[in-house]
Amino acid sequence: MTALLKRPSRGTAAGTGSTALDLALRFRALGLLIALAVLVAATAAVNPRFLGLQSVQDMLFAAAITVLLASGMTVVVLTRGIDLSVGSVLGLSAYLTASLLSETGAPVVLALLAGLAIGAACGAANGAIIHFGKVPPLVATLGTLYIVRGLVYFAAGGSRVNASDLPRGFLDFGNGSVLGVPYLFLISLAVLVAVAVFLAGTRAGRDLYALGSNPEGARLVGVRAGRRLMTAYVLCGALAGLGGVLHAARFGTVDASAGHGLELTVVAAVVVGGVAIFGGSGTVLGAGLGALLLAVINNALPVLRIDQFWQQAIVGALILAAIALDRLVGLRAARALRRKGSHVD
Amino acid sequence: MGATEQTGPEAARPIVALTGVAKRFGAVRALSDARLELHAGEAHALVGENGAGKSTLIKILAGLYRPDAGSVEIDGRPVAFAGTAEAKAAGIAVIYQEPALFGDLTVAENLFVGRQPKGRFGLIDRAEMNRRAAALLERLGVRLDPDRPAGGLSIADQQIVEIAGAIALDARVLVMDEPTAALSGVEVERLFGVVRSLRDDGAAVLFISHRFDEVEALCQRVTVMRDGAHVSTDRMDEVTVEQLVRRMVGRELGAMFPKREVEPGETVLEVEGLSRAGICRDVGFTVRAGEIVALAGLVGAGRSEVVQAVFGIEPRDTGTVRVDGRTLPSGSPRAAMRAGVALVPEDRRLQGLLLDLSVMRNATLVRRGRLSRFGFLTGGAERREAAEWTARLSTKYGRLTDPAATLSGGNQQKVVLAKWLAANPRLLIVDEPTRGIDVATKAEVHRLLSELAADGVAILMVSSELLEVLGMADRVLVMREGRIAGELSRAEATEESVMLLATGQEAAA
Repeated sequence: MTALLKRPSRGTAAGTGSTALDLALRFRALGLLIALAVLVAATAAVNPRFLGLQSVQDMLFAAAITVLLASGMTVVVLTRGIDLSVGSVLGLSAYLTASLLSETGAPVVLALLAGLAIGAACGAANGAIIHFGKVPPLVATLGTLYIVRGLVYFAAGGSRVNASDLPRGFLDFGNGSVLGVPYLFLISLAVLVAVAVFLAGTRAGRDLYALGSNPEGARLVGVRAGRRLMTAYVLCGALAGLGGVLHAARFGTVDASAGHGLELTVVAAVVVGGVAIFGGSGTVLGAGLGALLLAVINNALPVLRIDQFWQQAIVGALILAAIALDRLVGLRAARALRRKGSHVD
Repeated sequence: MGATEQTGPEAARPIVALTGVAKRFGAVRALSDARLELHAGEAHALVGENGAGKSTLIKILAGLYRPDAGSVEIDGRPVAFAGTAEAKAAGIAVIYQEPALFGDLTVAENLFVGRQPKGRFGLIDRAEMNRRAAALLERLGVRLDPDRPAGGLSIADQQIVEIAGAIALDARVLVMDEPTAALSGVEVERLFGVVRSLRDDGAAVLFISHRFDEVEALCQRVTVMRDGAHVSTDRMDEVTVEQLVRRMVGRELGAMFPKREVEPGETVLEVEGLSRAGICRDVGFTVRAGEIVALAGLVGAGRSEVVQAVFGIEPRDTGTVRVDGRTLPSGSPRAAMRAGVALVPEDRRLQGLLLDLSVMRNATLVRRGRLSRFGFLTGGAERREAAEWTARLSTKYGRLTDPAATLSGGNQQKVVLAKWLAANPRLLIVDEPTRGIDVATKAEVHRLLSELAADGVAILMVSSELLEVLGMADRVLVMREGRIAGELSRAEATEESVMLLATGQEAAA
């Protein structure tokens, strides 16, 4: 009881204690928006055509699939997981649905559903390996990355689907736009909003945050970890599958290498977008903005006549900056806890 | 609760009744015959030494463990919880020593995980959730913004949030495992105010604490446990603290410890004014050659932290550590090792051994500099050295190349000891040297420590086992809440004198 005399009332004062850092975090999305605005303004100042209809449309086309996959990846990363197989799953879905369309001429809706189903199956496999096999997500999905890519090569067998084989309507869907906004981007946007509502507004969504924040605590309060993890990986896989259909519709020509290496871009978008790689915090809106920012960087740097090398380096620096910010906040929180929680200081 | 007649808690049927509960973990018997009855409107204290089985009992109540034998009854009906969710549904809320909140979620979300109020379209109604959370917190008399993240809250506030969560559940049984261990006096008073009002509203409270002043201030009834079994249950006003302490320890110094009398030599270790914010404060002591000094105290008193700061695993804020008169730099285990200090850590699986490496590699790890030629380890020297030391400690293993993980706990501990003894230390620090190992190996470890002391090694031993402390130590330093509460000579040290110092009851003794 000696501490009684030394520390009069700190424990009972319960202010919200917002600091500049808290604000920076809370409005991370705002920071990303500002970065986007500055980049766009600077590039447009050098070359006004950067803001032309064609250029903007190109950027939205380029961002659409990354935004879509980043939405799914966010759900997984929030649980302290990661899904490295999304690029391969996208490839599998792209090839299979393109083959389906070229051989049967099935309607677009059926292709979308098929893509979703293929992706969901892959996601279920990931979830099962991780939950039942107790394999760390990084290793499990690294394995399925190769396995699924192997399946694509097996299915394609060196051949490819050409744009001329695909139904006209499908290609129109992939390259069309309404009021200048590509259909593909609209779909990604709709998915992003739906995932945002799921994460923020449903019990299942909040359970995912709880699992990532404190897995042991989640067990103590009776969160059904298996079911929730399964949901996360199936959702992530399904969106990668949907991404495959969009990829086929956009490019028309699909071979076995579709989506190769895409997983790293998606993880980068999520991390830059402020989703903590250790789970528990971040929003799908941030991840979407991160994906958009990466797409804009890719398109802006050539306009600014900046070397390809710098483009990669800038993305790398962004990732490190995002992680450094998370780390800083984590350290600060730990320090604050030690200060408050101790009773012999 | 309304159904029970108000004829005093004795007459009413207990809400929770545990009888003859037993639980084993492998070869370790955690509970053999635990009994406990909790009544509505009553706070019940559960006391016992470290390892008496209190935590296991709570985890059974919480639905985390299933008992091997015995019955758990709620309102007279036997239950077998398959998980924490079922225990919760039965109205049992457990608040652990370390609050298990979700730092990334808001206070309100923490209160309603899995039970968030739903509004339009089946989505979570945040405004309603925050409103209900605010009402709950207000009922507990605390001012907390329900919409702030739980991450930055003090331990005290986190516990209040957990209690609020228990109330939100309509919990009838509130179990608290040493909730005050990390709280200051003001915070403890606030917590007790909250718990008293819950109790008076008809909840049954199970309170586990090592602080008898708190137990007396809060509880009407007290159960003593020892070695996994029930010892006694009394009304709080019918027993004295001395009686309780005696029942908690209640053993004779039965086992013989092969302690040799050694005339202590020159001072090897001198610690002065050692402090670390939040961990320990102004700790000072000496250890002389040939002497075994024990650091006793309750779990969480800061014993391991002190020896880690001495060895340099953790930096120290202030204070000096001298070995043979030379000051060790803060936070440098390498410097400590060069000065002849060896640390056998508390958790051998986590800190003491590289489980995947061979017995040989583990045994020679700290010596590999001296066993190498031109920077390369030569197999022959390594093997000879490892074989010699493991034989001296009569370690049982298949082959020297087997991974350390394949050995039994006792033999793993011997490998850790061999590793350090091969380095010929001046000062050997052992943290819980015999935890979780069988009786025969225990005696061997004790014999070994005694021999080392006779050879002039200074030994600093952290132990939660009173018998070990009393049987082995020349001097006992008792720690409480990060300070040295007192020093006892071998003659003065008894189970009671150590426990009284450790629990802060020396004034009453």
